[in-house]
Amino acid sequence: MSSPDAFELLDVDAGPVDGDPILRGIDLVVPANGVTVLAGPSGAGKSTLLRLLNRLDDPVGGEVRWRGRTLTDWSPTELRRQVAMVFQRPPIFPGTVFENLQVASADVGVDRAAHVLEHVGLSAELLDHEADTLSGGEAQRMCVARALLTEPAVLLADEPTAALDRAARVTVEDLGRMLADSGMAVIWVSHDTDQLRRLADHVIVLADGAVRAVGHLAELDASTDPIVRQSVGAP
Amino acid sequence: MLAVEQGDIGVVGLAASGILVAVAVAISLWRQLGLERSLLWAALRALVQLLAVGWVLQFVVDPDDPLVFSVLWLLAMVSFAAYTTSRRAADVPKVLPLSLLAYTASAIVVLGVLFGFGIYELEGRTLVPLAGMVIGNSLAATVLVSRQLLIAAIEQRNVIEARLALGLSSTEAFRPHLRQALRTALVPQIESTKAVGIVFLPGAMVGLILAGVDPADAVKVQVSVMYLVLGSVATTTAVMSLGISRELFTPAQQLRRPAQRTDG
Repeated sequence: MSSPDAFELLDVDAGPVDGDPILRGIDLVVPANGVTVLAGPSGAGKSTLLRLLNRLDDPVGGEVRWRGRTLTDWSPTELRRQVAMVFQRPPIFPGTVFENLQVASADVGVDRAAHVLEHVGLSAELLDHEADTLSGGEAQRMCVARALLTEPAVLLADEPTAALDRAARVTVEDLGRMLADSGMAVIWVSHDTDQLRRLADHVIVLADGAVRAVGHLAELDASTDPIVRQSVGAP
Repeated sequence: MLAVEQGDIGVVGLAASGILVAVAVAISLWRQLGLERSLLWAALRALVQLLAVGWVLQFVVDPDDPLVFSVLWLLAMVSFAAYTTSRRAADVPKVLPLSLLAYTASAIVVLGVLFGFGIYELEGRTLVPLAGMVIGNSLAATVLVSRQLLIAAIEQRNVIEARLALGLSSTEAFRPHLRQALRTALVPQIESTKAVGIVFLPGAMVGLILAGVDPADAVKVQVSVMYLVLGSVATTTAVMSLGISRELFTPAQQLRRPAQRTDG
């Protein structure tokens, strides 16, 4: 299951510096091929774990490694260009779609911008549109396009469809699948079990700040742990 | 008639101007505003504070006294302004040392130009009031810019972190918010500078003319004071905002979370 791009968490505690930890003593390999879904009840620490992987937050204890190097040895800006992230509510920057893409890559040309937009299933005509006029689904796909401009090896997705309607949700899911099939590792937080069953190549179930189960969907379906079964929507 | 001679309105004149406070109190009573006590207290406090300052200033600005008293006075003003800023923007990280730095930098730059180019002669009677203008006028803008930056860091967190997640440095990620906060602090100053003379006559000029100075000379002093205010507001807010921007992020380019309140 381990791949060169896998993340290793060694005895990781994470959460507020001066409060109770959200994650406690996590030892885990997060696979970085295909789509890995982080699942589990609300408050389990899924987003907290995801934010450790591109160092938007640091653990309060333990160590996170990627490509054999502890994350604190990476330049944070270099790491984040290789480990990109999209969020639950797509953060729109002021200006046009093209100007949004320029934030990720200041010297991006119109041709490349159009190409990356089409890659995520958006029309190149949108380049001149004000970004805040996009629909929720379009905005999320633009955010993926923006993230792709840094040519990342890994895409972290923190409940990227939670704020979208059903039709938009499907387009963003399909995009995640397509990126994974093209060789990018996708690590996706979801508590939508239907989505998990459609998308996941690997599943990590977190509960109460600890790892409850790791494996392929078929393995977790066979679990006798009710929290795991519920988290993956086992039949 | 009360005659104004050599800018001295005399004790009787001062007392007579108190009639205007009585007018304000009368309006408060008439419209049942309940502000009579506040008005009287404010008027009395202003009188006592200014009398006290005037009394001390006599010694500070005395040409026979060494400049060290004026410098001490300046240091006291800087400290008091920094303390006031830290009270009014209490949640801003490192607000006290940063505002001390900002007011000091502004005083050095602005007074450096005014005295360095010989615009005013360096003595107690120029140093103290000019430093007062530098610091007094920067105070509101400094508090405003500090609060604006903190609010941006809290309310725009998702946008700032999205920029960080694209591999931008914290400086780049926060730049639009820094620019906005500085503009918010400086624009009112620019507007009032543009309106001066048309919409209102500034206090320094009014004071000089009332004190018997030729209006043409009063204008020159006033213009230099306005430029001083612009320069000092710009310097103070720039130093303050750059300092706060650094404090809002960790060395690993992470946006810090607002300090947890430990009181209560």
